[in-house]
Parts: sequence; C-alpha cells; structure tokens
Amino acid sequence: MFVTRFLRPILTGLLLIGAGPALAINVERVKTPGGLEAWLVQDNSNPIVTMRFAFRGGAALDPKGKVGLANLVASTMDEGAGNLDSQSFQKTLEDKAIRIRFDAGMDNFGGQLQTLVRNQDKAFDLLRLALNVPRFDAEPLERIRSQILVGLKQDEESPHSIAGKAMREALYGGHPYGRPADGIPESVKAIIADDLRAFVSQRLTRDTLVIGIVGDITPAKLAELLDATFGTLPAQGTDWRLPKIRANTDGRTIVINKDVPQSAILFADQGLLRDDPDFYAAYVMNHVLGGGGFTSRLYGEVREKRGLAYSISSGLNPRRASATTVGGAGTANARVHETLDVVKAEWHRMAENGVTNDELKDAKTYLTGAYPLQFTGSTRIARMLVGIQLAELGIDYVKSRNAFINAVTRDDIARVAKKLLDANRLVTVVVGRPEGLPATR
Amino acid sequence: MPLFQKIFFAVLLVLTSVPEAQAAVFNPTTFTLKNGMQVVIVENHRVPVVTHMVWYRVGSADEGPGETGIAHFLEHLMFKGTKKRKPGEFSQIVARNGGQENAFTSTDYTAYFQTIATDRLEMVMEMEADRMTNLVITDKEVEPERLVVLEERRSRVDNNPGAILGEHINGALFLNHPYRNPVIGWEHDIKALDIKRIMAFYKRWYAPNNAILVVAGAITAEQVRPLAKKYYGKIPAQPPVVRNRAKEPPQRAARKVVLRDKRVRQPSWRRSFLAPTLQWGDKTHVYPLEVLSNILGGGASSRLYRRLVVENKTAVSSGAYYRGDDRGPGRFVLYASPRGDVTMDALEMAVVAEITDIIKNGITADEVIRAKERMVAEAVYARDSLSGGARALGAALASGLSVDDVESWPDNIAAVTAKQINEAAKALFDNNRSVTGLLLPARES
Repeated sequence: MFVTRFLRPILTGLLLIGAGPALAINVERVKTPGGLEAWLVQDNSNPIVTMRFAFRGGAALDPKGKVGLANLVASTMDEGAGNLDSQSFQKTLEDKAIRIRFDAGMDNFGGQLQTLVRNQDKAFDLLRLALNVPRFDAEPLERIRSQILVGLKQDEESPHSIAGKAMREALYGGHPYGRPADGIPESVKAIIADDLRAFVSQRLTRDTLVIGIVGDITPAKLAELLDATFGTLPAQGTDWRLPKIRANTDGRTIVINKDVPQSAILFADQGLLRDDPDFYAAYVMNHVLGGGGFTSRLYGEVREKRGLAYSISSGLNPRRASATTVGGAGTANARVHETLDVVKAEWHRMAENGVTNDELKDAKTYLTGAYPLQFTGSTRIARMLVGIQLAELGIDYVKSRNAFINAVTRDDIARVAKKLLDANRLVTVVVGRPEGLPATR
Repeated sequence: MPLFQKIFFAVLLVLTSVPEAQAAVFNPTTFTLKNGMQVVIVENHRVPVVTHMVWYRVGSADEGPGETGIAHFLEHLMFKGTKKRKPGEFSQIVARNGGQENAFTSTDYTAYFQTIATDRLEMVMEMEADRMTNLVITDKEVEPERLVVLEERRSRVDNNPGAILGEHINGALFLNHPYRNPVIGWEHDIKALDIKRIMAFYKRWYAPNNAILVVAGAITAEQVRPLAKKYYGKIPAQPPVVRNRAKEPPQRAARKVVLRDKRVRQPSWRRSFLAPTLQWGDKTHVYPLEVLSNILGGGASSRLYRRLVVENKTAVSSGAYYRGDDRGPGRFVLYASPRGDVTMDALEMAVVAEITDIIKNGITADEVIRAKERMVAEAVYARDSLSGGARALGAALASGLSVDDVESWPDNIAAVTAKQINEAAKALFDNNRSVTGLLLPARES
C-alpha cells in the first residue's frame, strides 16, 4: 500500500495511539540541572543513541505571504552553523555517520538526531550549533529554495498531490490548515534570511520543547548533553496556540480534470480531537471501517470483492485545532463512480449500525496485540515518546493505552459513528478523467 | 498488501548489509532441514516480537515468455485460500492475533512475512507452511485480483511519467536478460494469465528446497528448530529447479531513451551503465564500485552533489547509486535534474566532466578512507530494526549469495583501495554499455 502526501499526517496521528501494553519498555523521566525534561528509554543492545524532539507550533503559524517558512527553516538549519559552512557541516555529519534532520509539520516543528555512541559528543555539539547559531548563508539558502520550488512544481505532476491540495482548500479555505506546509511558489520566493533567523529566535524555545531519547546512554550523561544543546535557547517564545476550527464538510464532489488512466480519490468527514473522551471509540471504529491491514470493511468491499483499487484506506487525522476522518483510493477512470458508491454505502452503514460484536472483538485483539510492534526500532520508539508528550497523555501511557482500547463498547462506537460519519456530508475530490461523475461545484 | 519492490529493495539491501568495523553484521544462526529448506535466525530481544519470513528463490526474472508479472500476480493470490482455509482467513487470523503481514516480489525473489508476538510464531508458521503447497484458487478470486493488479500497475507506472521512462530504460539496458521486463509485468500479459499457468508456476517454484525461512526477534535458534522441523520439515522436497535465464550478449552501442510527457514539470537526466555483481561479470569490481558510488553520489558532500548542485549551480539534485547484489547483471546509475534554465546538454556535460575527471585523475586516498569509514559505521544502524537483518539475509540467500557475503561485507569494504576503485571505474564507464534516459515536458505546440 502506498501512502499519499495527504494521508501522511494521518499516520503520524495514529502513531500516538500505538503506545501501550505490558511491555518491557521502561520510560524514565530525566530532569536536567538546567530545567529541561526528557523521556528516556535506555537500551544497550546497540552502541547507538537516537533522539527525537519537537517544538510546539508548526507550519500553520507561518505568516501570511511567507507560507513555507517553517519548512524552509527545517531544510536549511543543517546547512551550516557556527564556524562551519554548509559543506563543512555536511561533511562532518557524513564522515561520522551522524544523522541530524529537521522537519516542519502543520502543528509542530520536529528534529531528530542519531549517532554512534562513540561520536555522541560531536553529534550533540553539531545539533547545538544548528539550533543556536545557524548561518543561513546565501548559497545554501538559494540552493534549498530552488529544490523546494522544484518540489512544488513536481507536486503538480502527481494526481494524489493535486487531490490533497484541493481537499485542504475545500475543508479549511483561508485557515492555515488550508495551506500547504511547504508553501506556494510566491511565498517561498518572498522569504529572506532574516525571516529564518526570526523564526529560530521566536519559535525554537524551551517552553514548547519536548524530547524523547532511546539508546545506550545514562541519565546523567544525557542531562549534561541536553543542557549543553538546548539550554541556551530562549526560555519563552511566541504563542503557538490556534483557534479551533470545524472542517467544512458540506458534501461537495470536486472533480479536477487530468489526463491520467487512474483517478486519485480522496474523501473526508468529521473527526475527533486527540483529547476528546470519545477518541478511542473513533479509533476502533476507523480500524473496522478502513484502518490498516487487509481486514477492514473498505478493503474487503472495494478491493477484495470488486477489484476496484489497489490501495484503499481511511484514517483519523487529529490535528491540534481541527480533526477529520479521511480516506483515499486510486481507481480506473471508468470505475470511479462505482468506487465512490461503495465508499458512501460503507460510510452510511457504519453511521447507521456501528460495528458487530465480532468486529469489535477482532479490532480490539488486533489493536492491543499489535501494540508492541510499534517498539521494534529506536526511531519508532523515540517518535512515540515525543508524540505522547505532545498529546499530553502522561508518562504511564505506554502501560495504560490498551486499557483505553479495551474499554470501548459497541454503543460508544455507534454514538461516535453517528456523530462523525454522514455520507451526505462527505467531501470528495477526484483527480483524473472519471466517467459519469458530475462535479457538484 | 503485496508490494513489489525493485530499486528500493536493492538500495535497502545495500544499506542494511552494512556492519560495524571488521565485525560480523547480524550474527545469524543457520541450519538446513532434511528437505533442503534453509533456516536463518537473527536474535533481537528488545520486544517480545518476531518477524517470520519465507523467501522463495524465484522472481520476475524467472518468468517464461508471455507470462511477465506471473510471480507478482501469484504473490497476490497467495493471500487467498488453501485446502484448509477460506479466502481471506489467513489475514483475518493474523490480524486477530495482533500481527501485521505483507509480501513483496522482486526480480530475484518473492517473500512473505508476518510480524507478531513471539508466542504466536507457531501459529503463523503452520499457516505459512500450509500455503507453500496447498493453495486453492478459482476464477472467483483470480478475476477481482487481476483488476487489483492492473490498478496497482496504473498507480505505480501509468500515472507516473518517471516510472514509464524507467520501464523503457530497462528495456533498452538489457538486450536479452529478463531484467528488461517490469516486475509487475506488461499489461497485456497480466490480462492474459490464467489459473492453469499460475498454478504450474506455483507448483514448479514453491517448494521447501527452493525456500528460505528467516526468523528475527525475541527467540533463540533452539526454540525455532523444533517448530521449523514440525511445520516445514514435513513438506516433501520437489525436483530441483534450475534458474535458467536468457543471457545478456556483449553490448556495443550507446542507447538513448527520451520520454516527453505533458505531465512533466521538472526534467531529469540519468545514465545507467551495465555493471558487474557478485554473481555476474567481474566480481572483483563489486566492492570498489560500492565505495565509488558512495564517493560519487552518496550524499550532500559527494562529488556530484558538491560540484553540480553546490558549486556550479547546474542542478537541483544529482547523485549516483549502484546495484551490485542482483543475481544477474547489475547497474550503476548517475542522475541529475537541472536548476533554472540550464539545458539538458549542459547538465549532461557537467556530469560527464565529473566522470572524465575520475577516469583521468582518479579518486584520492583520503576520499576512500572517509567513504569506507562512513559505510562501515552505517552498518551499526542496520542492526537496530527488527526486520533489517531478516531482509538483508533473506534477499541475499534468495538471490544466490551466502550468509558470509552479508557478514563479511564490512571486511570487504574495508579492504577496498583507491587503485581498485580507479580500475573498476575505467571498466565501468563505457558509454557503449549504457542507456541515457531523458524525462522532458511535452513540446509546446
């Protein structure tokens, strides 16, 4: 199955939920003398340290006219810092097999570091330089800008990217969630080095920072490295909160004509925020409807029975200020109409009748049993540690998570499905040459 | 479900078959069952989970005339029923037990896997062993699945101009070897495959003596051994099959493939050279070429990126990669995409200048030392994930390599000299053994 650009945030959302049962994973809270907090999972099976961190507030906070700012910062912070110009910085990273990267999501600005234990002092020092004294020299800035602009052009080649853009705009209009995180050509061209510097000083601050580490390192050593790396960042930054907004799901069908043999389809309806008490009911419901694996209703009806698509799935997308349930498929132009009819019928069936006892039982054994599978690599664990902190689920979440899943009842799901799913409200975007499918707008 | 992986997988193998300095990489335990099925165990006790994989020594390059795509189509159909189980039941049972599963097909192998709690390993073993010989398929399953595969082809290839060009480059690069055909198959062949042919292919290739069991995770070899014997050991061996593939003749002419497509927004250039692998051509060049590809195009400080993207500003991206693990002929690929209004001719000249420089002046000893250190260090990361070792070892064995080829990779890389790289480069970069591919926007009418 492939993941489309638009669906990617959904998967990130799901990762949060994948934290859970009685695992031999022990999460320690590390408090540094400098006042930072980090969650650590010690693991000495390999001489590696993996750290993931995030600052609250992401691309959704980009100023109007400079959309794509957070993304441009993320792409240029590792292109020279302190006394090291871009090539010296990159060469040091590569020669020591140190991996440092930054990424700008809609809601958070993230970063990652992975290093061999023997190079850890160097690795954290390079990260310190990138966070505290990035250079943003003209050469790397223009080079990265040209790469982002090319990426934006290439998005216009892909039916799924085009569909994602149309869907964002349909759901959120002028709200920041309606804009692409990597910007539009005009806004990317308008960003100057001072914008990048202002971003770093105002947004990469200690009050919004969360950190998760996995690997062969002691709490004491870690505390020392964290203070040296993050301790000199400003204590406070600008407000990162966004007003809540309801996605505009008004039942539209948007058709974008494109001469391709297979139409890209996206559909979206209401969802639940991560802190909603019914979130777990929605999570289990979505698993039955179109969640991962080869056993969901959508997979069975669209792919197994009718052969309408290779990929078909749905997922929850709980962002900080708005939540949706979204799905996607790729279908031959002649069969788009049929595919959408099946999707809508399943949407309606779930809204009317919820799930059966057997479906609920199977969903629970899958979701709880598969939980340990999310801890099979350092990067995955570090991501989870950060996700749990961002969602404020508590350090015991890894142990308590499966109980939340197990507590979900059929009635909970029926209630949530009725509230969230309405086939008449479903927004649909089709990019291709779908036959016999009228656009409603 | 079924993914077929080609380039991605080869790249993965290169990355994951990397070890710590002069140490073995994954330290597997291996043994062979009486019926000839090879067993590999990689211990990793981080969480109480195992990855259970069965690899078959058959891929798209083992298909006969008129049946391209049959290996991959069969891979999809393996998720249908057996004499014992209804269609879809396999996946339902795996999911009900908190397991995840998938499968993939490449030119040289086909593999199936489940990741699941260690105490459920026996259950998935029983089911995987069952479908090795007891598959039952009827038109009721085959026809919708054929449509699924055709949709898969559309989304992977037809909806993607770069992938269409890739198919044409392979067709031109391999004059006779079956690597010229796409793993997913040609559309007309997919449409024509019938149950009789698919079942004949299945019976011919799916047998314990043509398969490898790999178990990675929180388990010991002593725990796996009785289970492997109980479920796989009882399946009778079949007459051995020979992987008899059409051979590649000497190549004597440079080729060029140009795709103009109105969907293309950003042009790109690539040149693929026919290259040796550990099982094809002059294998002494393989490890030197791996180091060369790292120096030339491995990252942001590589020669191509530094010169074309950072210094000359002729390209937005440029690099190189090499597939030296394939059973048949390998390929060494250079690529670049122009910046601003740089012409494709100027872009090509800039890449060629770098190659000419290497041929004329060679790689420096310092570059070689640095590249080798990086590559060997990356190996430690490969051990981190549950499936990394399982995939690297499974792919190697199913392609015809040995466990030792994987485990001694760091030593072999560490032994490479600048002189060997320079010789390998001279042998490799012969345009008469290459295809140049251009992806261009449609001409303005």
